[in-house]
Amino acid sequence: MSVNGSQRVDLEVVANLIPARSRVLDVGSGDGSLLELLQDTKQVDGRGLELSQRGVNECVARGLSVIQGDADKDLEFYPDKGFDFVVLSQTLQATRNPKLVLDELLRIGNRAIVSFPNFGHWRVRLSLFVNGRMPVTKDLPYSWYDTPNIHFCTIRDFVNLCEELGATVEKATALDGNGQKIGLSMPWWFWNFFGQQAVFLLKR
Amino acid sequence: MAAQRTGKTNNEADAPSSPMLRFGPDKPLKLDAGTLLSPFQIAYQTYGTLNDDRSNAILVCHALTGDQHVASTNPVTGKPGWWEVLIGPGRIIDTDRFFVICSNVIGGCLGSTGPASTNPATGKPYGLDLPVITIRDMVRAQKMLIDHFGIGKLFCVLGGSMGGMQVLEWASSYPEQVFAALPIATGARHSSQNIAFHEVGRQAVMADPDWHGGKYFEHGKRPEKGLAVARMAAHITYLSEAALHRKFGRNLQDREALTFGFDADFQIESYLRHQGMTFVDRFDANSYLYMTRSMDYFDLAADHGGRLADAFAGTKTRFCLVSFTSDWLFPTEESRSIVHALNAAGASVSFVEIETDRGHDAFLLDEPELFAAINGFIGSAARARGLSA
Repeated sequence: MSVNGSQRVDLEVVANLIPARSRVLDVGSGDGSLLELLQDTKQVDGRGLELSQRGVNECVARGLSVIQGDADKDLEFYPDKGFDFVVLSQTLQATRNPKLVLDELLRIGNRAIVSFPNFGHWRVRLSLFVNGRMPVTKDLPYSWYDTPNIHFCTIRDFVNLCEELGATVEKATALDGNGQKIGLSMPWWFWNFFGQQAVFLLKR
Repeated sequence: MAAQRTGKTNNEADAPSSPMLRFGPDKPLKLDAGTLLSPFQIAYQTYGTLNDDRSNAILVCHALTGDQHVASTNPVTGKPGWWEVLIGPGRIIDTDRFFVICSNVIGGCLGSTGPASTNPATGKPYGLDLPVITIRDMVRAQKMLIDHFGIGKLFCVLGGSMGGMQVLEWASSYPEQVFAALPIATGARHSSQNIAFHEVGRQAVMADPDWHGGKYFEHGKRPEKGLAVARMAAHITYLSEAALHRKFGRNLQDREALTFGFDADFQIESYLRHQGMTFVDRFDANSYLYMTRSMDYFDLAADHGGRLADAFAGTKTRFCLVSFTSDWLFPTEESRSIVHALNAAGASVSFVEIETDRGHDAFLLDEPELFAAINGFIGSAARARGLSA
């Protein structure tokens, strides 16, 4: 379900937010890279939810605890605060109802970690501005008609959604095109312009 | 086996060629029917060696017409064990590493007390005098066998279909005794359609005049025709339309043209007749009634106030469920509802749906993706349990 598999510079950033031996649910666990990283380096009790059956079967064959399921439909079956952290990595923009999904993440986890590609990045803006075409970049390689990414947002959009849902942003990180963190003291507009990806740590 | 085809009880029922454990009057089996079964016996097979801290035991639960001969030659049919593709030295479930136990279920006909066993009160086979056996009764008896081995916690319980029901019952009834559970192609309850097919099978057996109200042994008969029909109908449900078409199509059996009669013109007819005929050689008709009934009665949620998640409340067992895309007897949705319940219970659960056209029977076949899933699950569970490779 994580739909931008090639560029996962956010994984390390996400992993660094999670203390050892936490209970973690990775929504859109893809090929299991994050879960495996967390299990190997943080000894977490990790579970995954993944849309693609092939991804799930590969994860289970590698000994990861993953089930096939849909973030839009299957989060309701998880109990309140069943996990220390619920991670949604590079998947929010592919959900049908991002607001409901985020709401569920905040219900299931004591904390939610959300990473997503920033549609406010200057390259995206430039592409639309100059070419007048939907942007296709290294990070977002799909054409408009075949993209699984149906709900793009910018960093500022996401901050607004968090406010609407009553979520507190405990930590936020923007990554530039090289996966480098952009300075902490920068204002939102700066991140929104230069951040290619964003990682948020949320609590409610 | 031919000598046993008429008249006599199946020798394996009373004196199995596998090891067997007898429980005397001091250790009755409490049945859901409200009575006690005593004395009774459990026939079983084991493979491999139990390690010093008794932490490497795997219990395999067999399906409707399976038996304890999971990884060694079947004494009745002379065929390889029913899950030898999976279990054995160097196999996915490596008997050089694990201690594998498989017992014939109570109500079966290969050495555990069942309707073909001699009733000590009468000296004749139980027949229908045996109380109806439930999945939970089977599991309770297995628990007594496991206790006999001094195994406090099973490393893994696994099985498909009716065996999967036993796995779920184990995990629900004895959560502290099950480290990992692997229910395959199964459900937490038997669906209306499945009960319907079983009823057809039972009616076929009981409609056979040789059934004699279940007392056929006393009449020197066996309801072979009825049981064969039951098996033929059931066998269809184990396959899929696509697989039947792939294997048989509308091909004719050893003939060039239709005969305009009711002989087995088509290959599929011939195949089913063969399945029916070979089945009656190895299975007791009354036992078939009891086995099908046990599945019909299974409803794990109903045993827990209608909420399946409550059957697994607080469980620490690691689960892995497997279903097959073309299985219409236990469709993926059945497994998914168990997964949802386990999620709600906060359990550790993996769930794999495997794409195949081989239907329900796929769990018994050489399915590489099934083996990969089992291998991954068992491997990670073994690491978590501290079992050396």
